[in-house]
Amino acid sequence: MESEQRALTGWGRTAPSVATLVRASADDVRSGLTDLVGDRGVIARGLGRSYGDPAQNGGGTVVELQPGEDPIRIDSATGIARVDAGVSLDRLLRVIVPLGWFVPVTPGTRFVTVGGAVASDIHGKNHHADGSFGAHCTSLTMLLADGSIHSITPTSNADLWWATIGGMGLTGLILDVSFQLIPIETRHCTVDTQRVPNLDALIEKMEASDHLYRYTVAWIDLVATGKHLGRSVLSMGNHARLDELRETNPKAAVDPLDFDPPVFPDIPKQPINVWSRNAVRVFNELWYRKTPKHHHGTESLTGFFHPLDMAGQWTRLYGRHGFLQYQFVVPFEAIDTMRTIITKISEEGHASFLAVLKRMGAESGGLLSFPKPGWTLTYDLPAGVHGLGPWLAELDDLVLGVGGRHYLAKDALATPGVVAAGYPRLDEWKTIRDRVDPDGVWASDQARRLDLI
Amino acid sequence: MMNAFDQPQTVLVLGGRSDIAHAIVRELGSASLTTVVLAHRGGGDVTIDGLPAGANVVSVDFDATDHGSHSAFVERVAAEYGDLDVVVQAFGQLGGDTVNNDPIEAGDLVDVNVAGAVSSGLAVAAQLRTQGHGVLVVLSSVAGVRTRPSNFVYGATKAGQDAFATGLGHSLVGSGARVMTVRPGFVRSAMTDGLDEAPFACDPEDVAVAVAAGLRSKKSVVWAPGILRYVFAVLRIVPGVVWRKLDR
Repeated sequence: MESEQRALTGWGRTAPSVATLVRASADDVRSGLTDLVGDRGVIARGLGRSYGDPAQNGGGTVVELQPGEDPIRIDSATGIARVDAGVSLDRLLRVIVPLGWFVPVTPGTRFVTVGGAVASDIHGKNHHADGSFGAHCTSLTMLLADGSIHSITPTSNADLWWATIGGMGLTGLILDVSFQLIPIETRHCTVDTQRVPNLDALIEKMEASDHLYRYTVAWIDLVATGKHLGRSVLSMGNHARLDELRETNPKAAVDPLDFDPPVFPDIPKQPINVWSRNAVRVFNELWYRKTPKHHHGTESLTGFFHPLDMAGQWTRLYGRHGFLQYQFVVPFEAIDTMRTIITKISEEGHASFLAVLKRMGAESGGLLSFPKPGWTLTYDLPAGVHGLGPWLAELDDLVLGVGGRHYLAKDALATPGVVAAGYPRLDEWKTIRDRVDPDGVWASDQARRLDLI
Repeated sequence: MMNAFDQPQTVLVLGGRSDIAHAIVRELGSASLTTVVLAHRGGGDVTIDGLPAGANVVSVDFDATDHGSHSAFVERVAAEYGDLDVVVQAFGQLGGDTVNNDPIEAGDLVDVNVAGAVSSGLAVAAQLRTQGHGVLVVLSSVAGVRTRPSNFVYGATKAGQDAFATGLGHSLVGSGARVMTVRPGFVRSAMTDGLDEAPFACDPEDVAVAVAAGLRSKKSVVWAPGILRYVFAVLRIVPGVVWRKLDR
């Protein structure tokens, strides 16, 4: 068991705190739990892709759970994978894609762990069709606060299960996760990409054609104003069947399940300041123009799902103050509120390069799970700009006013009141959490900040 | 816990009646601010205008010269109100007209401004270390950068407090806790009421803006106004005869 004092932040690199970072196996954590807990508790940390402070625990212990010797076990008959919590989707995909399987849900990066995927109940471009990660899980092995290890399912321990799916790691240490893989024939997707000139056209197109594709997302230019407000590139796709790939991309069809995405070098520290509004404007313009008006073709899994993984540490482009990502969902019937918010963001002028608009499907059932039916918008903001706080509080009010909520995995700014208003089942969650962890073994900076514990 | 904009949830002010500290709290105020603990001798109720709704302001008894009480005091505040995100060390006295000639009065001033700063600073540092985060904002003064004949006892106390604060800051590197030493010039406040203004005089609000910017930039020393950093780079080395002339 290795341990060191380390200053940790989330992916947005704001609000650091120093904790004892421990790299340990599940057995080590179990046997040493009392010592690890100390006065300030323990939280698991995967690859640190949450934007704020859920995987920090100032003055306490942060555990990076090391995968065991046989971390990925696949039942080839059922397609159910049992994967150690510390395994990244990157590592998992390198094993399962060549076998003809894909993960049921992937976020915009492969560099998240399976444990984190459960704790944040992550979603992807297929949320409208397939729901969130938790909806595909069949069983979890957990280390609980009393030191016991349990294998739980949605039926065996319904309370703990739904408090853990999206529970930000605060109900217990997730040791491994069993979930249903989906079969694929190739490592490509068939993708329809189109430019959409404005927000109204985008809303109309997404409403009309979402159901025709498994994966859909719109990249929206939040710098554009006036008649270009909400101009977007809409990308919709499905896994390519082998016969489709043979037709459109015969070269790739020779070895259709070969999967070995390159790992690119990190963006250097302290690069040029890319934050000027003009730079963003130029970038967004070029990116919009480079997209053909309408294009049908194939893209690799990595190109389609994980374009930002092409550059390591890309967030360094945001400069030394770091950044935050603001993501919320509002119900379908509140589309006017979404329109109002997008207009406000465009007029305010601090939006980053690209933002993402997506229609979400059914809730998973996780008490603190973010996704619910409606429109979700995600955009980046620089943390170094003075005065954005009050402005975002106005957006919070708009979101909460129509029954929307904010994503805890992105949060670095919310208040206990904002979370309580967005998550009506929070009290239910707290009751379960208090029952399974009466002494506060599991704790994080976010949990303290948001009064979750 | 600070939010992504370095805005605190819980602020403790040692010297809870300080105008400058009130301005700092106002400047750091946001929807995230839940608790402001104003600690001062007597503990009578003190209010701060212009805070966001929802921020709870409480006054508690704190005596800077009761050194033995400081550790327990800080622990009690943290236990009751949660992690301390920002602690402002704002107490301090200017000393009366006779302080430069009265050994007893001068000794008392040192007890408040230096010994109190050291004992409470160490108590706060221990708590912030335990948390793995948090900032101690120490209101020093340019008066300590080079002591003037007209207020050298006060200047000496500020020099002592300042040296302690910067040293403490170095000792905390790697712990997650930080110290930010603030060196204001002449600030128009209750403490300086009736005194002649010095050049580059500013208001408590100006100090507050500099402090908030310093917190965002993770500065260890902040001057207010900022130009004083350069002014004192010169004043610190001008010959004594010139320095004495300037103190008129």
